[in-house]
Amino acid sequence: MNITVKLFAHFRDGRFKVAEHHYPSGADCRQVILALGFRLGEMGIVMVNGQHARLDQTLNEADTLALFPLVGGG
Amino acid sequence: MDQILRVNLEHFTTSNEAVAEAWAGLGGRALTSAIVAAEVPPTCHPLGPNNKLVFAPGLLSGTSASNSGRLSAGAKSPLTGGIKESNVGGTAAQMFARLGIKALIIEGLPKTGLWYSLHIDRNGVTIHEESELLGLGNFAVLEALQTRLGGKLGVLSIGPAGEMRLASANISVKDPSGKIRSHGRGGLGAVMGAKRIKFITVDDSGAPGIQIADPEAFKTASRAFTKALLDHPVSGQGLPTFGTNVLVNILNEAGGLPTRNFTYGQFDDHDLISGETMHDTIVARGGKPKHGCHAGCVIQCSQVYNDKDGHYLTSGFEYETIWGLGANCCIKDLDDIALADSIMDDLGIDSIETAVAFGVAMEAGLLAWGDGKEMLRILREEIGKGTPLGRVIGSGAGSVGRTYGLTRVAVVKNQAIPAYDPRSVKGIGITYCTTPMGADHTAGYATATNILNVGGQVDPLKKDGQVELSRNLQIATAAIDSTGMCLFIAFPALDIPECLPALISMINARFGIQLTGDDVVGLGKSVLKTERGFNLKAGLNSAHDRLPEFFASDPLSPHDAVWDFSDAEIDAFWNF
Repeated sequence: MNITVKLFAHFRDGRFKVAEHHYPSGADCRQVILALGFRLGEMGIVMVNGQHARLDQTLNEADTLALFPLVGGG
Repeated sequence: MDQILRVNLEHFTTSNEAVAEAWAGLGGRALTSAIVAAEVPPTCHPLGPNNKLVFAPGLLSGTSASNSGRLSAGAKSPLTGGIKESNVGGTAAQMFARLGIKALIIEGLPKTGLWYSLHIDRNGVTIHEESELLGLGNFAVLEALQTRLGGKLGVLSIGPAGEMRLASANISVKDPSGKIRSHGRGGLGAVMGAKRIKFITVDDSGAPGIQIADPEAFKTASRAFTKALLDHPVSGQGLPTFGTNVLVNILNEAGGLPTRNFTYGQFDDHDLISGETMHDTIVARGGKPKHGCHAGCVIQCSQVYNDKDGHYLTSGFEYETIWGLGANCCIKDLDDIALADSIMDDLGIDSIETAVAFGVAMEAGLLAWGDGKEMLRILREEIGKGTPLGRVIGSGAGSVGRTYGLTRVAVVKNQAIPAYDPRSVKGIGITYCTTPMGADHTAGYATATNILNVGGQVDPLKKDGQVELSRNLQIATAAIDSTGMCLFIAFPALDIPECLPALISMINARFGIQLTGDDVVGLGKSVLKTERGFNLKAGLNSAHDRLPEFFASDPLSPHDAVWDFSDAEIDAFWNF
């Protein structure tokens, strides 16, 4: 299945801003995060289609996965 | 010995008063709100003789504690008609504290038709007639005062907006770089203008300084506190690198970035105004991604933003300003927004209120969506010169909406809603409704737990847990605002167990007292109830704890979210 992956803040360093990647059907957020070379502990916010997601949430064809380090403002 | 300085502009008297016992344990917001509640008739006109303008440093201001240099200003707000506390960095809070000034109270109005300034030093406060700097912007005032008085001078001033008593006028405070930080919200600059005080200067030479009751305990607690600030990924890494503007992309992704005057939840050109783009631009132009608003800040969320030619353009360039003129007005050019930020600092108007007012003005057809150049012209030529149109926009979003008969006007208690749409970040919506300040994200920053996963996670799109979240955050914030601490210490305080106890230990070591965590919660509750009590007497009640109707009727893309809290659910906030 094709997943649009968006990276933010310093996650972009040496990687990419947005890319379409192919993953085996049934992959979850955790598998994609690890496949991208991240440690799970680095994850601040994980969103699928604009909603907060758990690491074990299964992805579907054409989903957008957005990954943020723990950042904030206000 | 700490004292309260009082200036009476009707009789031109000044006095140094002992601190009343009830106020001895208070600082910052707790003190300004207590003084306003005790001394200002709630039904008075905010620009009339009975309102008072109060400044107070926090309990820890002037000490070596990290991030403790915030100054609170309080009065009855000409924007909301309720009580107001607005706090700021800069150098003044620490100077007040070193001089032993617990609060400065400015009361009455001069009947002379003249303008004045105040000067504070180790002997107290004096009143001086002022004519030379009238009409000037804040940057020119700072420069002229440096030439006139020299030395390490603290300055609080109003620009033309404050002189015109516009309801979005702010009070500017000189920062350690000689630039400007703002008591931004609620029109306190108009109160200072009504009192015909153009500026206040502070000279702390020969000040007695701070006496710490238990220096060793203070040092130990201070070390633990600073470590927590530096260890937390938000305060230690995220904020120093990307500033607050990192939020553009996060809120856009979450569908909570108010766009085109609160019509959509996402902005197509979000990347052009994002914190990531801004960081790269700052670095490429030789600016500074990291910058503190006061001495002793270890978070350094501010920055210095240069123009295309590498010359200083602005600093303290915040997410709310960038969102407001960016997504909410559809302006894509970050340089136009940066220039506007600098002009607003110079005129002395709140950049949140003014940005939201421009969004309403665009809806009214006064200028085209996204027209940054016309926005800049209106700032300079209309607001800056006090034309009728400039005064309508400079009096805030509600003013523009009323003048043009519009309903999509995002305000609570007539104060503009900032950069998080309450339909899809519901916890912050409860804060907008219930805080005595009028719509104010900093009063109980539920975005942290709704969106940023700080302090746990509460689903931003659901109602569950939001009232309790906002209540707990507002109580904690009222307490933090009383310590002189920057609100961003809340990020580590929510996640790192050692942080809050260290803060309380510092207060105890500073004063030789034995506060507990419960006492601090009690302080926060008492501040909120004092403020709420003032508002009720001023005529602001539960009917004013509401969002505008359109949030309930107009679904927000991409989640088709609406504001769906009942009145009873909102009012349950006050059950404590």
